[in-house]
Amino acid sequence: MSELASESSVLRTFRALLREPAGLIGTVLISLLVLCALVSLVWTPYDPTLVDPAAVWAPPFSGGRLLGTDGSGRDLFSQLLAGAQITTVAAVAATVVSGIVGIGLAVLAAVGRRSGEIVARLIDVLVALPTLLLAMVLSAVYGGSVLTAVVAIGIGTGVNVARVGRAEMTSALGTDYVLAARTSGASTAWIVRRHVLPNVAPVLLVQLSLTLALAVLAEAALSYLGFGTAPPTPSWGRMLQDLQVYVTVHPWAVVWPGAAITAAVLGFSLVGDALRDVTDPRLRRQAAAAPEVLA
Amino acid sequence: MELTAPLLRATGLDRRYRLPRTSLRGPRRYREALRGVDLDVSPGDGGIGIVGESGSGKSTLVRLLLAVDRPDAGTVSYRDRDLAAASAGELRAFRRDVQVVLQDPFASLDPRMRVGDIVAEPLVCLDVPGDHRARVHELLAAVGLERAAVDRYPHQFSGGQRQRIAIARALAPDPRVLVGDEPLSALDVAVRVQVMDLLGGLAADLGLALVLVSHDIGAVARLCRRVVVLHEGRVVERGETEQVLSAPQDPYTQRLLAAVPRLPA
Amino acid sequence: MTLLEIEDLTVRFGGRAVVDGVSLTIDAGDRLGLIGASGSGKSLTALAAVGLAPDDAEVTGRVRLDGRDLIGLRDRELAPLRGGRVGVVFQEPQTALDPLMRVGRQVAGPVHRLTGLDRRAAAVRAVELLAAVGLPDPENMARAYPHQMSGGQRQRVGIAIALAGDPALLIADEPTTALDVTVQAEILALLDRLVDERDMALLFISHDLAVVARVARRVAVLAAGQVREEGPLEQVLHEPTDDATKALLTAYRASAWSPSWS
Repeated sequence: MSELASESSVLRTFRALLREPAGLIGTVLISLLVLCALVSLVWTPYDPTLVDPAAVWAPPFSGGRLLGTDGSGRDLFSQLLAGAQITTVAAVAATVVSGIVGIGLAVLAAVGRRSGEIVARLIDVLVALPTLLLAMVLSAVYGGSVLTAVVAIGIGTGVNVARVGRAEMTSALGTDYVLAARTSGASTAWIVRRHVLPNVAPVLLVQLSLTLALAVLAEAALSYLGFGTAPPTPSWGRMLQDLQVYVTVHPWAVVWPGAAITAAVLGFSLVGDALRDVTDPRLRRQAAAAPEVLA
Repeated sequence: MELTAPLLRATGLDRRYRLPRTSLRGPRRYREALRGVDLDVSPGDGGIGIVGESGSGKSTLVRLLLAVDRPDAGTVSYRDRDLAAASAGELRAFRRDVQVVLQDPFASLDPRMRVGDIVAEPLVCLDVPGDHRARVHELLAAVGLERAAVDRYPHQFSGGQRQRIAIARALAPDPRVLVGDEPLSALDVAVRVQVMDLLGGLAADLGLALVLVSHDIGAVARLCRRVVVLHEGRVVERGETEQVLSAPQDPYTQRLLAAVPRLPA
Repeated sequence: MTLLEIEDLTVRFGGRAVVDGVSLTIDAGDRLGLIGASGSGKSLTALAAVGLAPDDAEVTGRVRLDGRDLIGLRDRELAPLRGGRVGVVFQEPQTALDPLMRVGRQVAGPVHRLTGLDRRAAAVRAVELLAAVGLPDPENMARAYPHQMSGGQRQRVGIAIALAGDPALLIADEPTTALDVTVQAEILALLDRLVDERDMALLFISHDLAVVARVARRVAVLAAGQVREEGPLEQVLHEPTDDATKALLTAYRASAWSPSWS
């Protein structure tokens, strides 16, 4: 009797992830991010949008301000907490869009015979499109907001997911088990649903977790450039924009949003890397150590 | 004498593949994988072996016989109906009657599916009536595997056992013809004998016609009453297996048989 | 004269012994066949003897080449011995050859390293070797890449590489298993001829009894990492004493074909 099939593979992956140092640190960072976002929904030490001329440029740990205040007297720590919301939402939403676009295009490219080739070339062309440029164009047309940022980032990263996804799916479609399914009368939809997608899921999962990292960075960049989240919604990218001019006078204020963005991107990147390590060799090791089942 | 059309018949099959261009001018070159191949098989006729080495076109022939590929010329007919023009219903009936066991036991089973689902897949996709669960248990027993195998994954089985699972899956829709594409080649010698005996036994018990594609003369000699020798896409010799093996006429067949290593007497 | 003396060789992976106390002797001019089912440890025995066991393997015992113990030698010291005295032909011509290097260079490289010939002379010798292994038009063949050749041709190149250092012992690990039967016959004939012409000893490993019988004069039967039976070919095949040998023979007779059959 083998114990390999008894545990859920999701749980197993998660546990293996936490055993990797990268996975552990990444998970901690992501948890912090989510925690900040959740907490700020119900409470922040001060209203992050509240302008307080009396407390302009307060240094950290002074007068109850954990991280100090900015040029308008707004509490930095509260802004940081609240900014986590946009970061999390934008990253997750963009990744969802990325997944839909990526998997959708990949399936079309892998499955279609003639049309598949066309879609594949389309993917290759779109990959060259810079995400930020797309976002700026969309913002110019539809106005800057979280939504345009999410859509732009989703499409921009989605084509990369599609490129990897198409390669994996084409490979899966060439396997013997798919051939056997075809001779068993399976339709293309059945084969994609039951054979291709589950087998490419690990690779796509890694891609999407790295997309999360990219999305955080892209959202911050767009907000920094003024094409993303509009005021007064707190955003780390825009915080950087507002504070950067004062870097020589009040350096400590700029550090906080920069560190926050770095931590978030690092967290998702580490988890993505660890996931890649965990999913691939594990499958090979599992297959190699298969215990014999007595007939 | 009663003339009935063979259940599965291939006539004048041609299949060629485009080679990548090596120069801009001049015509595009092709590789002829199959040229003018004829074949037929019916349940009860003792089965037919397709002997060939690499490059003979046997894999291409298998794909054409299974209707997962279209010939460039010639037809593959099932019950006298050209498969290329078959309706969805006719194709489904064909797939119920003609099944396959592939060469690599490690690649022919979806690693993420449980064995029970793998064996039941043809039952579901081909709309086979009846209790699927019971049928799966029946099939696993027929190939010598225990019932508990349904909940396990392919990686938990050995190569020989996985091939048995593949055979169980092929038998699920109660086919009349079983195509084996080198089903024994990837197996260890001792296991090969077991699976070969299993195939022979099942063919006899269920009245199946075996189409055995193999480079292993011994397996073909034991399991197939007729044989066809494929060389570079053409059939160079055909006939009763016993006849062809004891008195081969074609020079390639003679060379092939002479090359088979044997133990000193 | 004893070339290779394997004494009590044990290869463990994480505590489990895949080769368990194997002892074999190969003298000059010997032709020893090592037969066994897959998993019997036959390939690993030969590979471990010349220091080619996987990194995570634990190798113990004594392996004496020309009287000198090989176990524990560092690869730097082992490599020249390995190429110079012992040539190895592997199973998969596909993976044994560098896909990005022309085959002429792949043969000339070891020739240069092992014989001390300069690069130009080594290239000439390489072409000679390609001719010796029966490749047509060896000058042009030397410029080809592995993927441009057939499986049989690639295996001939593999043999040429094994002969680069003019070895006294040739180890062939399932060299024809991945080949078509007509090509196999050619390669076996080639090995037979080369071993004779160059006065080499041969250690031939295979699971196929008939293939081993074609080239070997003595056989050792391996099962579960141990030598179960050893002796002259005719004796072991016609009067087997061990169950493992008998099982191999039974399986062979149940699945093989020969002209005297039917």
